[in-house]
Amino acid sequence: MTPLLSLRDLSKSFGGIQAVRGCSFDVAPGLITGLIGPNGAGKTTVFNMITGFLSPDTGSIRFRGEELRGLAPHQIERRGVARTFQHLRLWQKMTVLENVIVGCRTPLGENVLALFLRAGAVAAEEAVAREHAMQVLEFFGLADRAGELAESLAYPEQKLLSMARIYASPAEVLLLDEPTSGLDSEWLRRLVPIVRRLTESGKTVLLIEHNMELVAELSDEVVFLHQGEVISRGKPAEITGDPALNEIYFGV
Amino acid sequence: MSAYIAHYLVMVGVYGILAISLNLLVGYSGIFSMAHAAVYGIGAYASAIVALNLGMGFWGGLVVAGATGALASALIAIPSLRVAGDYYIVASFGLQTVIVTVFSEWTSLTNGHAGLPGIPRPNLAGWQIDTPFEYVGLAVVLTAFTYLVCRRITHSAFGRVLQAIRDDEIAAQAMGRNVVRVKIVVAIVSSALGALGGSLYAHYITYVNPSSFQLHESIFIMSLVILGGSERLAGPLVGAFILLAIPEALKFLAIPDSVAAPMRQIFYGALLVAFMFLRPEGILGREKAKVKS
Repeated sequence: MTPLLSLRDLSKSFGGIQAVRGCSFDVAPGLITGLIGPNGAGKTTVFNMITGFLSPDTGSIRFRGEELRGLAPHQIERRGVARTFQHLRLWQKMTVLENVIVGCRTPLGENVLALFLRAGAVAAEEAVAREHAMQVLEFFGLADRAGELAESLAYPEQKLLSMARIYASPAEVLLLDEPTSGLDSEWLRRLVPIVRRLTESGKTVLLIEHNMELVAELSDEVVFLHQGEVISRGKPAEITGDPALNEIYFGV
Repeated sequence: MSAYIAHYLVMVGVYGILAISLNLLVGYSGIFSMAHAAVYGIGAYASAIVALNLGMGFWGGLVVAGATGALASALIAIPSLRVAGDYYIVASFGLQTVIVTVFSEWTSLTNGHAGLPGIPRPNLAGWQIDTPFEYVGLAVVLTAFTYLVCRRITHSAFGRVLQAIRDDEIAAQAMGRNVVRVKIVVAIVSSALGALGGSLYAHYITYVNPSSFQLHESIFIMSLVILGGSERLAGPLVGAFILLAIPEALKFLAIPDSVAAPMRQIFYGALLVAFMFLRPEGILGREKAKVKS
């Protein structure tokens, strides 16, 4: 299978600290790839480089063969790679529905001239986006909260909303930064199946996960990052069953 | 309605247009501008110059005013908003200073400090605007136009993106929005609309000179926005109604003229400080919490 997203030789240092060094791995289409590693392994730095928020010192990031390195974050999302943030970054003062609609494409409604010259087409586009956003909210089990402000949601629901926002986007690759962190076991039971189902509609997922057990449940493939380097790749069982990796991870 | 009240209402229209359009930047985009008096002046001078030199009518002058205002803000918005939103304050302050200097020094075009007298009163397809009452009608039309344009923009997908940028700019970028481009568009629209206020003013007073468009006017327009309430479209209009009434009200107190002007400044200043502490959301306050289904 040709990879959808392929990282080659990515490096990034901050001052004297080499956060990521020679990192290379592929993300296969239609699968969930889990990026795991201890704290400070460089996982979020890799995410920030893929999505254009940090520029790599060396290496390349290809999406469908096209180089993403050097593009601005908004251009990368438009190419088809969207992300969530560890700290969610929801638009707190906007409603749940509005948060998701911004995930949709509304080029006419965002064109000031079209607002006045093509009012009918703008209204039609808005109706389509609204309906799509409602479907997305239903998928995430948030439809009944559509009219509430994002800030009024409980933390686990905010987490779902941050995923709903990028799921609404036409982007094919979804990068989830720690989708399960801070959730209790009850919420995990609810959230894990939702993440598993993200690929049903043709999306490809790359996620950062801290929990060795969860990564096996969540992913089809696992990339193990340690001190900025990929030290192992494979099926979840191979990674979680490897005593050497467990030792690095748990320090035992 | 006395001519006195009519004059008050026309000026509420002029400042209402300025404040509503400034609020598109300040309230809806979180970008502060110190150049709205310059934009006001550009609108006034542009329509005065094309009326006096080219014999252009009121509507034509209005279009030229809007286009010139848009161009001026594009000149500073494109370089400064690329760097960061905060630079716009500095760049707009620069624009304000440069534009007032142009008004007073480019004498061949602007007649310098003496200003441009004899700007014709508008004739709108046979309807000659002469009396203050007729001007009230024109002011209402232009203010309503400005309000409706801003309403259309803020209540649209574009407005939603604006709010997203104001709430969390990084998230807006991550969701594929070219934040710089959106801010530049808003700055341009805000200035184009603000310039209409200048055009109305020029054709109403029939005389323009540089002293009407100084930095303190920018601050005054900003205080209309803050006092009236920057979270609502109508807030700045309410601010204009109230702040323009205050000097008129002060006239009823037996204060000598020499004291009245500085008194007014002190009063505005005190009012702004008081609002910051007591009601930072302005007179009109916030929109009710949205509950949509």
